[in-house]
Amino acid sequence: MPFASKSPWVIHYDASSCNGCDIEVLAALCPGYDVERFGIINTGNPKHADIFLVTGSVNERNIKVVQEIYNQMLEPKVVIACGVCACTGGIFHDCYNVIGGVDKAIPVDVYAPGCAVRPEAIIDAVVQGIGILDEKSKALNAKKKGA
Amino acid sequence: MAKSTIIPFGPQHPVLPEPLHLDLVVDDERVVEAVPQIGFIHRGLEKLTETRDYNQFIYVAERICGICAFGHSMGYAETIEKLMEVQIPERAEYIRVILHELSRVHSHILWMGLAADAFGYESLFMHCWRLRERVLDVFEMTTGGRVIFSDVCVGGVNRDLTPEMQKKMLDVLNGLKDEYATLCNAFLNDSSVKSRLVGVGYISQESAFAQGMVGPFARASNVNNDVRCYGNGAYGKLSDFQPILDTDGDCYARVKVRALEVLQSIDIIEELLRTIPDGEIAIKVKGSPKPGAQASNTLEQPRGECYYYAKSNGTKYLERMRMRTPTSMNLAGMTTALAGCELADVNMIVLTIDPCISCTER
Repeated sequence: MPFASKSPWVIHYDASSCNGCDIEVLAALCPGYDVERFGIINTGNPKHADIFLVTGSVNERNIKVVQEIYNQMLEPKVVIACGVCACTGGIFHDCYNVIGGVDKAIPVDVYAPGCAVRPEAIIDAVVQGIGILDEKSKALNAKKKGA
Repeated sequence: MAKSTIIPFGPQHPVLPEPLHLDLVVDDERVVEAVPQIGFIHRGLEKLTETRDYNQFIYVAERICGICAFGHSMGYAETIEKLMEVQIPERAEYIRVILHELSRVHSHILWMGLAADAFGYESLFMHCWRLRERVLDVFEMTTGGRVIFSDVCVGGVNRDLTPEMQKKMLDVLNGLKDEYATLCNAFLNDSSVKSRLVGVGYISQESAFAQGMVGPFARASNVNNDVRCYGNGAYGKLSDFQPILDTDGDCYARVKVRALEVLQSIDIIEELLRTIPDGEIAIKVKGSPKPGAQASNTLEQPRGECYYYAKSNGTKYLERMRMRTPTSMNLAGMTTALAGCELADVNMIVLTIDPCISCTER
């Protein structure tokens, strides 16, 4: 197992979420669910992060911020859309200022549905994300060796 | 003489779970001016009243903000009930206020955790959030949801509080009190915490009043604007209600006001659970409001006074729905508190207004 997937660091950004999913992301990290015991730490620096947790749908103003964070993250990286708003736009899908799910801005690897997304669903999505992170880093290594 | 520089703060910043952008004009390490920029989470929610009828919009109103979700659904439902001129059952009023005060307990403990994180006391942050999980367990037991409850409907509430639930709620709150006292001790008496908070981000009473500040942020500057004093709904049935005020107007006073409000809310819940009447929990509301009817309502959210306005056009769809949320009132006060502070105190001051950006931008 490559070292990155043992204890991936996550970065969280609130695109236009209602806070419900944001606090659930934090609740998953805090006592109660406590994924920090596995070394999964919330970081503020995109370059330190392996997994990008996005909550809420994208709009005209924050689409650039989401893309900027994604571009700054180093390979291999995984994006998890937390909550229905991040997956499809959810209850706000027909608001005038909502473009849609996060997949309109950046490629999404795992979708975690729910309004608000439950911490169990986030943990499940992160576990799936770790598998994808493994595959991506293997593909990267194979590419390096081939070159 | 140093030259002023502009330091961007946010929208992606570790101290804020929410996107708020500040342009900090600094002179060496001292902030001269802070210019907030918002709009990162604007969804255009008020316009949804044109495509969702007044019953459906309650679920949208709840998702204005995930922390004060219950308060928004309650405030919206009360506005529509005024618009339709219906009187809801007394038991429903009690259940609403009990759950709303419980939301305040959860919101204030959450905020205290974030504040602890902002002044660099991570274990205190974790302890606050551990305590908060117990409040969420009560929500899950009574309403089925942790964050979004869908418990309010126009005309009452959807789920009753059974005697077993009430007993469990009282047990949890009693258990909470002891541990909360230990946390409060750390917040209010620890010398290292005090050294970060006392005298930081001072706002005078005149300034707080002039800028129309609301909520605990204003109450820490001795401005009494607690709309719970009006005694709407079950608040009027309380034997006594005194808002918690402080005269110091600094970050420490704001922590203190919120810390004491948690205990006050627990007392309110206990009193209401003792006196809750039996009866129906909802009445059927049918038809549409009269054309041109208008209604307004205020509610004390965890962050301060929230104002709701609704106008009818005679159909099930509202002509206009408008809210004025507490954080939009407090942003002006925040920029005042930031002017003249040290750069390292910025995140502390930003947090002590308890910003809720998704309420503000909707």
